[in-house]
Amino acid sequence: MNGNNLNLKLKIWRQPSPKAVGAFKDYSVSVSPDASILEMLDELNNDLERRSEEPVVFESDCREGICGTCGLVINGQPHGPIPKIATCQLHMRHFKDGDTIYIEPFRAKAFPVIKDLAVDRSAFDKIIQAGGYISVNTGGVPDANEIPINKNIASEAFDSAACIGCGACVAACKNGSAMLFVSAKVSQFALLPQGQSERKERVEAMVATMDEMGFGSCTNTYACEAECPKGISVRNIARLNREFLIASLSSQNVEE
Amino acid sequence: MGWFSTFINSSIGKKLIMALTGLLLIIFLIIHLLGNLTLFAGADAFNTYAGTLKKFEPIVRVIEVLLTIIFVLHIYNGAVLWWTNRKAKGSLYAVNARSKETNIFARTTIQTGSIIFIFLVIHLQTFWYPSNFSGGEINLYGLVTGWFAQPVYSGFYIFAMILLGFHLNHGFQSAFQTFGWNHKKYFPLIQKIGTLYAILTALLFASIPVYFLFFHGGN
Repeated sequence: MNGNNLNLKLKIWRQPSPKAVGAFKDYSVSVSPDASILEMLDELNNDLERRSEEPVVFESDCREGICGTCGLVINGQPHGPIPKIATCQLHMRHFKDGDTIYIEPFRAKAFPVIKDLAVDRSAFDKIIQAGGYISVNTGGVPDANEIPINKNIASEAFDSAACIGCGACVAACKNGSAMLFVSAKVSQFALLPQGQSERKERVEAMVATMDEMGFGSCTNTYACEAECPKGISVRNIARLNREFLIASLSSQNVEE
Repeated sequence: MGWFSTFINSSIGKKLIMALTGLLLIIFLIIHLLGNLTLFAGADAFNTYAGTLKKFEPIVRVIEVLLTIIFVLHIYNGAVLWWTNRKAKGSLYAVNARSKETNIFARTTIQTGSIIFIFLVIHLQTFWYPSNFSGGEINLYGLVTGWFAQPVYSGFYIFAMILLGFHLNHGFQSAFQTFGWNHKKYFPLIQKIGTLYAILTALLFASIPVYFLFFHGGN
């Protein structure tokens, strides 16, 4: 087993606190090609703890690519060099023996570093709170297929809803823009009948919160789509632009 | 503040200004180019074209004012967006993987735009100002070919036109995306038309100084 191990040089971003100045620190590891990059960091942390050193802080939860908690920038790419996977699904077999790997946190003004590789993504929660929900009457469980929805529409809404809110789009964007995330969340509701009653207020509120949180604007470079672990299409951004234009011109909201 | 100001000052509102002014400038470039191409037909054709514009001077003046507003909005907004977006990004990554994610045309609109802006100032100074404020009739054909006979002037002109092509290649499709007109069926076509438009515009505009510099020196 050890014979197959990869010897890698890691350059990991270490930053003790949000305001502190961070820097890369070098580590040498020997890791199985079958390990995921998070497992490699787990092993490294075990080593560091044995030596009474401060372990590297990073976030993870499900480790099967569906929760959106993990998110590292590996060699300049959010979630690493392999398309359409989350960081936890990146295995070391994609690297060669002797490689140097840069591991950094997501970088954007709206995602301040908490410590090392963990960033504060609560700005996304604020955007969801502003309009990423639908209102339903409580009571009995509605019958299945009570509201007929065209299969194509349902599939399209599902494609948008596949967004796991990891923030890789923001991390990849040269403008630190959250447009892909917001557009996916607006789209999944705008497409379905259940989302219609709050449709215009939703997009206005979510875009206003997005701007307030300090995210940049979209210059249509499409880096977000290239790095999205779920392959969310930039057509969602076009839909968001459309929804926002129509809502701004026709909603009942005249103040603000 | 009012709803309109909220709308137009939002990030998407600013992008809509860029898209709308950008598309209007794209239309302006087509008209400008068609006029310029009369240079190939010789002094008479070009001076007649310029003379015709003089006849409709009041209309031309109104269009010039509108164009100024469009240019100012496009340039000012572009600069504001670039600056706020830079601040929103904060620090950059140790490894630059941008070329894997995006194309060069999309990444460099501020750089190409800035050089086109410098070109625009020189362009107005050398052609627009003398043709309007030199007092009395001037031989516009002679003025234009005189400038194009200078290698440095023509060289910068050609360089700026290539960058204009870069700028348009991104801008054309980007405007449609910002308006929300991204449809599976039509968007690939829009992108192709945008690239074709960018290449044709850059080539045809640049062909004029090339012609007068190399094949038709002086007059």
